[in-house]
Amino acid sequence: MINSSLKELAAALAARKISSVELTTLFLDRIEKLNPTLNAFVTLDRAKALASARVADTKVGAGGTALTGIPLAHKDIFCTAGWRTACGSKMLANFVSPYDAHVVERFNNAGMVLLGKCNMDEFAMGSSNETSHFGPVKNPWDITCVPGGSSGGSAAAVAARLAPAATGTDTGGSIRQPAALCGLTGLKPTYGVVSRYGMIAFASSLDQAGPMAKSAEDCALLLSAMAGFDPRDSTSLERPAEDYSRDLEKPLAGLKIGLPREFFGAGMDDAVRAAVEAALAEYRKLGATTVEVGLPNSNLSVPAYYVIAPAEASSNLSRFDGVRYGHRAADYGDLNDMYAKSRAQGFGDEVKRRILIGTYVLSHGYYDAYYLKAQKIRRLIAADFAAAFKDCDVIMGPTTPSPAFKFGAKAADPVQMYLSDIYTIAVNLAGLPGMSIPCGFDNGLPVGLQLIAPWFGEARMLGVAHQYQQVSDWHRRLPAGLEI
Amino acid sequence: MSLSLDDVSRIARLARIEISPAEATRTRDQLNGILAFVEQLQAVNTDGIEPMAHAVDVVQRLRPDAITESDRREAFQAIAPETEAGLYLVPKVIE
Repeated sequence: MINSSLKELAAALAARKISSVELTTLFLDRIEKLNPTLNAFVTLDRAKALASARVADTKVGAGGTALTGIPLAHKDIFCTAGWRTACGSKMLANFVSPYDAHVVERFNNAGMVLLGKCNMDEFAMGSSNETSHFGPVKNPWDITCVPGGSSGGSAAAVAARLAPAATGTDTGGSIRQPAALCGLTGLKPTYGVVSRYGMIAFASSLDQAGPMAKSAEDCALLLSAMAGFDPRDSTSLERPAEDYSRDLEKPLAGLKIGLPREFFGAGMDDAVRAAVEAALAEYRKLGATTVEVGLPNSNLSVPAYYVIAPAEASSNLSRFDGVRYGHRAADYGDLNDMYAKSRAQGFGDEVKRRILIGTYVLSHGYYDAYYLKAQKIRRLIAADFAAAFKDCDVIMGPTTPSPAFKFGAKAADPVQMYLSDIYTIAVNLAGLPGMSIPCGFDNGLPVGLQLIAPWFGEARMLGVAHQYQQVSDWHRRLPAGLEI
Repeated sequence: MSLSLDDVSRIARLARIEISPAEATRTRDQLNGILAFVEQLQAVNTDGIEPMAHAVDVVQRLRPDAITESDRREAFQAIAPETEAGLYLVPKVIE
C-alpha cells in the first residue's frame, strides 16, 4: 500500500478495500517509527489527522474527488489553520496559523487528509535543509547526506514512504533539487498558476508552489487540484481550469528535446552526465529527437538571483517585527531595539545574510548598480529560453550538478551552496514550468533529470515525464531500511 | 567594492537586525564573498534592456471597493506577543 500510486489508493478506497482512517493510521505509524531518524516532519497531530480521515471516509465514493481520503503532507511554509506553521524558523516557532493557505484550502476541499507539516530550510532559504531551526532532515537513501532543500522534509517524507505525496515550494529550485536528491518526481508550475496566498513569502516574483510525489501521473493529479485562480494573490492568473493529466498517454514520436550546451559543460559530475545521457537515449528510442540549443546567459542566473531574491526577501521579511505575531525578545529598550533584538534572535544566520544583502542592494546609491542591473539580466535569461523554445518542445538536462552531498560539505561557504542550484534558478527567473524525475543512481544516491517546458506547458511536460516512467523503474526504487 | 565594518553596521541598522561586535567581522567577510560573486553582473552590457520585474506580464487587478474581510481581531491578537484592550503593545514611542 505504501508504494501505491494515488490512482491505486483512490481505487482501493472506492472499493472499500481500505478506509481512509486505516490508510492514515498506516502512514502515521510509519512516521512515528521513522521520523526520529529522518526529521522530515516538524509538527504532527494524530487526532486531527484521524478526525479528517473519518470525515473523508463518509465522502469516499459519494461526492468525493479523485483524491478524497488520501493522506498528504504539507511543507511547513503553508499556513494551516489550527496548526503550528513555523517555516523552519525560531521566529515562528510558536505561530499557530489563524487561516489556511489557498493550496491548503484546495486540498482540504478535495478531501485529502493532512498527516503533518514538513521540515524545511528556514524561510525556504537553503539547498540542504541545514538552515532549519528544527535541525536538518536526513536523506532516506543515505542518512549521512542532505535531502536537498528547501523542501527537504517533503522530499524525505515521500521518499521514505511516510506520506503518499507532499507539497513543496520552489523559488530557485526548492522542489526540483530535493526531488532529484531523494529520487522523486517534483514539479514547479509556471509562475502564477498556483496561488501564493498563505504561502509564507520569500521572493514574491519567483515563489511558486508545486507537488512532490512518486510519479508524473501523481503530480498531474495533485497539480490539477492545486492550480487555479485566486483573487487573494495579486499575481494569480485568471486562466481556465486545466486537467493536467490530459497528455499523459500522448506518444512522444516527433517530440523535439532541446539540450542547452551550457548545461552539459564542465561542472557536472560524470555519474550525473552518464545518467542524463542514458535517459536521453531512452527518449530517442521513444521517438523523440534531440537538438542542441543555447542559453548563453544562463551562467548569470545564480548571481542575478542572489541580488533579486535577497532584495525581495529583505522587503517581505520586514513583517517579522515582534509586534503582531512571531518571536519578541524578552529584554529590550526602545522600539527600534525591540525590532533589532527580536529579529536578531528569531532569524538564523542564512536568513540574516540574505536580509542584509537585500537591504544593501536596495539601499540608496546601489539600487541601479545591483537590483536594476539584475532585473535587466533577468530579461536576457528569459529571452534565451523564448528563443530556445522556437527550436524544441521541451528542454532537458541535469537537475543538479551532483547527487546528494554530505552534511557540512557546503555549509561553511554560502556561495558554494548557492551553486547547487545552478541548473534550476534560471527557470524561476524566467517564470517557466520545470520538473525533476529520477533517471539513475550514483553509488546508491538518486540522480534527477530536469525537464523545462514553455510557459503553461505543464500538461505536455508531465506527459513527457510519464512516458519515460512507463519504460524506466528508477522512480519505483526504494531506499533500504524503511521496513517497519 | 567591498564592505567595511561600518558599512555592515549601517546595513544592519537599516535591516533592524542587531549584530554583535563578535559577529560583525564574519558577517562582513560573508557579505563580501556574496557581493564579489554577484559582481560579474557588472561586466554584462545591458544597454537598452528593459528591467524584468516579473515573470509574467500582468497588470494589477482592481476590485470593487467593498469590505470583504470579516472582523477576526480576537483570533489575530491571540497570537500576538503582547496586547491589551484590543491593542498591540509596543515600547513607548512618543514622550
